[in-house]
Amino acid sequence: MLRKLARWIDDRLGTSRFVEESLNKIFPDHWAFLLGEIALYSFVVLVLTGTFLTFFFTPSLTQHIYHGTYAPLHGVKVSDAYNSVVNLSFQVRAGLVMRQTHHWAALVFIAAMVVHLCRIYFTGAFRRPREINWMIGVTMLLLGIFNGFSGYSLPDDLLSGTGVRIMYSVLLSVPIVGTWLAFLIFGGDYPSTSIVSRLFVLHVMIVPAALAAMIGAHLAIIWRQKHTQFRGPGKREDNVVGPRLWPTYAFNSIGLFFGVFAVCTALGGLIQINPVWLYGPYNPSQVTSPAQPDWFMGWLEGALRIFPNFEPHIFGWVIPNVFFPAVLLPGVTFMLLYAWPFIEAKVSGDYGPHHLLDDARDRPVRTALGAATLSFYVMLFLAASNDILAKSFNVPVGNITWTFRGLVLGVPPLVGLFVHRVMRALQRDDPRRFTELPLEAVTEGD
Amino acid sequence: MRPPSGRIGCALTLSIFASIGLTIVYALGGQTQLEGLLLFVALGGIAVALVGWAHNFLPKGPFEQSREERMAKPVAETEAEESFEAGADVVGRRYFLVRMLGLAVAALGAAAVFPVRSLGTRPGRSLSVTSWRTGRRLVTEDGRPIKAADVIEGTLLTVFPEGHTDAMDSQTILVRLPQQIVKPLPGREDWSPDGIIAFSKVCTHAGCPVGLYNEESHRLFCPCHQSVFDVLKAAKPIAGPANRALPQLPIRVDTGGYLVARSDFHEPIGPSFWSIDHA
Ligand code: FES
Repeated sequence: MLRKLARWIDDRLGTSRFVEESLNKIFPDHWAFLLGEIALYSFVVLVLTGTFLTFFFTPSLTQHIYHGTYAPLHGVKVSDAYNSVVNLSFQVRAGLVMRQTHHWAALVFIAAMVVHLCRIYFTGAFRRPREINWMIGVTMLLLGIFNGFSGYSLPDDLLSGTGVRIMYSVLLSVPIVGTWLAFLIFGGDYPSTSIVSRLFVLHVMIVPAALAAMIGAHLAIIWRQKHTQFRGPGKREDNVVGPRLWPTYAFNSIGLFFGVFAVCTALGGLIQINPVWLYGPYNPSQVTSPAQPDWFMGWLEGALRIFPNFEPHIFGWVIPNVFFPAVLLPGVTFMLLYAWPFIEAKVSGDYGPHHLLDDARDRPVRTALGAATLSFYVMLFLAASNDILAKSFNVPVGNITWTFRGLVLGVPPLVGLFVHRVMRALQRDDPRRFTELPLEAVTEGD
Repeated sequence: MRPPSGRIGCALTLSIFASIGLTIVYALGGQTQLEGLLLFVALGGIAVALVGWAHNFLPKGPFEQSREERMAKPVAETEAEESFEAGADVVGRRYFLVRMLGLAVAALGAAAVFPVRSLGTRPGRSLSVTSWRTGRRLVTEDGRPIKAADVIEGTLLTVFPEGHTDAMDSQTILVRLPQQIVKPLPGREDWSPDGIIAFSKVCTHAGCPVGLYNEESHRLFCPCHQSVFDVLKAAKPIAGPANRALPQLPIRVDTGGYLVARSDFHEPIGPSFWSIDHA
């Protein structure tokens, strides 16, 4: 039956040659290569659960009085959006598990992308000929963060509403065009009645479509260029070593899909996330305290908190304070990410193609730079909890803020120097130089 | 220890039972934790089975394939270039038309940008004005007007202009200070009757509501990024990232004893924007 269908299609499209080649395609095997797949599969989980959610969500800020089944909110003025999310959580069967799985999958998606990016960086997989895929990946990270933010802003609850308010102020802070930018995106002065419906269209349509297209391109390029591989017996620049796509790799990979899905549902069912009914509906004159955003916004939140109260006046114009931590910092971050493959090629003078991955210890400078940069963002991330730290250690929040200012500037150079020394030391007593062993030395004989 | 096929079979059986369980839970009205757990088993069972299968029964190789070198193919490259240039030459002969085509596309592109303007209203002066007007009464969120006597020392009231309780740029905080410690700024001597003083509630950092008040230190705290404003110094920021003082609303007591605004704020409220000094 299947064979007949395949023949029928082949007869019309001439696909058999490509299929044959694909089934036999070899994929190098290493646990670190699964990180990108985890991101891919959590995206699939996001699309599946998200589609279910759109059937129940109302992207409108029209206000009315709540009369649902959740008693503590009775008589409270809520928006359609908030109302529909509370109803989805309490009245729609399987609604809450879908919603929480969706939220958890989003956290996993971005986390997997970040760790994948680190893997690519530390193994030098971004070098020629893979610069295009690196840039596509960075763009997907950007879109992922945007969609994470727009997604948790949709319920119009007190926590996310505060985030949206800050986003408006950040848009406003862009020099010269800021005012217009904020007014065009929000439809006018804050608070706006159209922001949720606008974010909704971006969140469920434009950004996922762009992500899907980029995932397609990302995979097609991997397909065309073939995956990189770690150095090892029989592995050379001009070959790929590993299991075939069919059946071994396919079984493992589809198994991973089910595994990722399983973990997301377990988190979604068992660990409460974003209980908007506890936060209450958004009211611009109230705020929850302490207010913490989703983890992937933590570095920006931290930067907003510890950036000094600097607001320069230049020729009668003002650069608002939030411009520096919330526009300049992410701008520079992503610029550097995009440019990294080219910067490194330029500095090292190595413009040649690479298919064998680097061991981090063999590139002490790159590794040290990467570790230092990571520690910078980790410090910013931790700074986002300065109020919680202040409360739990009973010290004035100002002291914590000053401490973090010191840490953000002081820790990265120290981490960089330390990692550099460690890599050098590892390099010296590294006995594993087996690149020249023939493949047969490890073949299991099948 | 079972043979691998037994373990794989077990995982799949568990998965089947979990799926049946899911149906039952759903039919009985649903239960979030159970659903999560059963989904985990149903999906995880298949995951374990597939990976175990691949691990135990499928050829792992390693196999080897050569990587075609994509970098050095000058022949195909020049052929592609030649084909393109041959076509481009033919097109380029109509020099004038090429120019016109470019112009037409550019003009269309420019015209197509204009609908962007429909997305929002003109900023104009809307960032510099709020709904406060001379003589407008101060009311609570549910619209109750406030008498000077209602404002008790040590508490923080959030007030709006009467008839505009949804005007979020107009939200204002009201505190009463002991009369003897109020030191109004020059020009603001009659803005705080009976020690009652009003500031914009919108944080000048990123716009959060400045909602916390410490009555001993007379300081206002913004919960978002921990800016601190000193009420005794006309709400000057004394810690945290905020740079501008909270604008003060000039108020007085009317003949009925109610608090009313003397005017709108004298400066823009909320976070800074690039042209704020001209606003
Ligand atoms: S919004 Fe008030 S401190 Fe940032």
